Amino acid sequence: MNLFLHLWMISLLPLVGFLINGILGRRLPKWGVTTVALLAPLAAFGVVLELALSLFGAIPTAAALPHVETFGSWINAGALHVDFSFVLDQLSLVMLLVVTGVGLLIHVYSVGYMSDDEGYARYFSYLNLFLFFMTVLVLAGNALVMFVGWEGVGLVSYLLIGFYFQKKSAADAGKKAFIVNRIGDFGFLIALFLLIANFGTLTFTGIATKLAYPGWQGGVVTVIALCLLLGAAGKSAQLPLYIWLPDAMEGPTPVSALIHAATMVTAGVYMIARLHPLFDRSPFALGAVAIVGAATALFAATIGLVQNDIKRVLAYSTISQLGYMFMACGVAAYSAGIFHLVTHAFFKALLFLAAGSVIHGLGGEQDLRKMGGLWRKLPVTFAVTTVGVLAIAGFFPFAGFFSKDAILYAAFMQGAGGKVLWFVGLLTALLTSFYMFRLWYLAFMGKPRGEQEHVHESPLTMLVPLVILALLSIGGGWIGVERFGAFLAPSVRARVAVSVPFTLFHLSLEQILSIVAVLVALEGWAIADKYYRRQPARPAELAAALPGGYKLLAGKYFVDEFYGAAVVKPLFGFSKYILGWVVDVGILGGAAWLLGCIATFAGAILQRWQSGNLRSYAAWLAAGAAVLLLFVLVPWNAVCPLAINFIWKMAGH
Amino acid sequence: MNLFAQEVPLSWYLLLSAALFSLGVVGFLIKRNLITIFMSIELMLNGVNLSFVTFAHQWHQVKGQIFVFFVMMVAAAEAAVGLAIIIAIFRARATLAVDRIDRMKL
Repeated sequence: MNLFLHLWMISLLPLVGFLINGILGRRLPKWGVTTVALLAPLAAFGVVLELALSLFGAIPTAAALPHVETFGSWINAGALHVDFSFVLDQLSLVMLLVVTGVGLLIHVYSVGYMSDDEGYARYFSYLNLFLFFMTVLVLAGNALVMFVGWEGVGLVSYLLIGFYFQKKSAADAGKKAFIVNRIGDFGFLIALFLLIANFGTLTFTGIATKLAYPGWQGGVVTVIALCLLLGAAGKSAQLPLYIWLPDAMEGPTPVSALIHAATMVTAGVYMIARLHPLFDRSPFALGAVAIVGAATALFAATIGLVQNDIKRVLAYSTISQLGYMFMACGVAAYSAGIFHLVTHAFFKALLFLAAGSVIHGLGGEQDLRKMGGLWRKLPVTFAVTTVGVLAIAGFFPFAGFFSKDAILYAAFMQGAGGKVLWFVGLLTALLTSFYMFRLWYLAFMGKPRGEQEHVHESPLTMLVPLVILALLSIGGGWIGVERFGAFLAPSVRARVAVSVPFTLFHLSLEQILSIVAVLVALEGWAIADKYYRRQPARPAELAAALPGGYKLLAGKYFVDEFYGAAVVKPLFGFSKYILGWVVDVGILGGAAWLLGCIATFAGAILQRWQSGNLRSYAAWLAAGAAVLLLFVLVPWNAVCPLAINFIWKMAGH
Repeated sequence: MNLFAQEVPLSWYLLLSAALFSLGVVGFLIKRNLITIFMSIELMLNGVNLSFVTFAHQWHQVKGQIFVFFVMMVAAAEAAVGLAIIIAIFRARATLAVDRIDRMKL
């Protein structure tokens, strides 16, 4: 079957948008910038949608996929061949739909959100560049092309976090994100080298084929998988490298929605799913993924309980939800993880954009303590936020319910360790429900706690994407993890979940677990309702009663301070005292000073020669000529032995 | 009897040439007057010329004599330029003592 899929167009169209807006953006009129900026993702989404429709329409879907397009050879060194190649399979198709679809919505939203900003064209050129790199990452046919996209989105993330570069905190946050990501990228790079050394190939199909031989087990595969986990933890903000994501909220809110919630931070999950044959071969690495994911989910959720900045609550929530996805990958339920990735992209983008709408309406206020009672002023934003909160908390008909349930069920089925994971996941769900309803109550319910004279609902360009995302957050889960998993099966070959012959009151185990999860979410709501509606004084009392615990949470477990003391300070000290004083000033500066002294001293002696006296110059000239003549005319090899002999004799021998 | 029938030995010519050249060198080194130094240079050039001519005669080759004409030509040009410079210096400094023409010294 010969398909003309034009995969290159998906990536190249946003790149063209970036080039036009990046080079000409300052001279184009605003409507021109907007047109270019919106056409690029629209066209890319159109191509992806057409692909998806044609593939769903085609009867032998499995035969058509995976579809590989190669654009030429990149590296040819000995046995190593790396091509520029894109691959389209079920996994990358799903990711493409999310990236370009949510990307398009956020582009539209940004037109309204960024309308008054000076860097309008710069903003949109970065956003288009992000889509370019993200689609390269998703479509990559081998790990090296993926790494290009991986680094590219890291770059754009840095640029957009530091978008308000006049603000020191924003510039610092950008640097922090970039540096922390370097640590993860180091792991990814080592994994790439190990893959080349051990498998001789970087294509995903090639790696899978090599791993099909039963000989590969543990050992080097575990090391590669752990290095990949380090890379994924950096990009997806997992323990211990999550610290950059909360600070990344310095960027414009739509950026937080697109890059730091819906798409880029999920690249780690995508990478693990993409290279799952490696993880499948290493139970130890899988366990590590699961533990990192579960720990991050719980850890971030507890910090999220006490944050007062609306975007930071959502940032910790994102870290926590990414932990869920890692947990799913860790129990080899890749399709459940990707399913949660998709639904999370919907409802977290929705929540961030809604938060952006609130911030926009309040003229830049992000502090939850100064909001309150906004539901009357911002009815549409309130409605969509409610949908988002219900979805992330995991209430029944909403998207989050289905995906979170799938993960919890998959964890529960993994023996005794899985039960622990399940319990941690359930606890996290309780905390999630609590802090999301806390946000909801603080922002929209109760009485206004700040000045709200000029509060206004957002323009239509912002509300339409919100409503579409709200609809997706309601309906997105109805695909169901079984159908979703069956669709993804050719790409990720998920382990078949064993159905257990266990029933209680005519309910299957899965249904019971679902009911437990919803009950837990309800409990979280109930607690939030109690603390933030019926007894609004309680949180402060509780904080006063447990000062240690509250300080620990409000200080985010002092992880930043710990890293500061353990890594940054010693590094600064080493740089300043050892490299700066000893090496730079002492050794290098001393050597330069010594050379200078030698030259000055030699000059002081030699300058006497330069007397300026013509006759002395002429005398030196004549002396030189005489010496030269002496060398040429005297037969030294005859004279020398004679002279030595003469001295020998004179010495008395 | 031909004056040149009885050949003067080669070494006499060369000794004269060396004596002329050495006189030129010594004069160049010890004299302070710029014009005397200038004349010393001419003396050295002529010493060299003499040895050229001597060898040309000895080896029956005309190249040496041609070379002498070149040297004389350059010496004439040098004399013209050099004397002009000397006059200019004298006008500017009212002296020709080389030890006192040292304004380019740091």
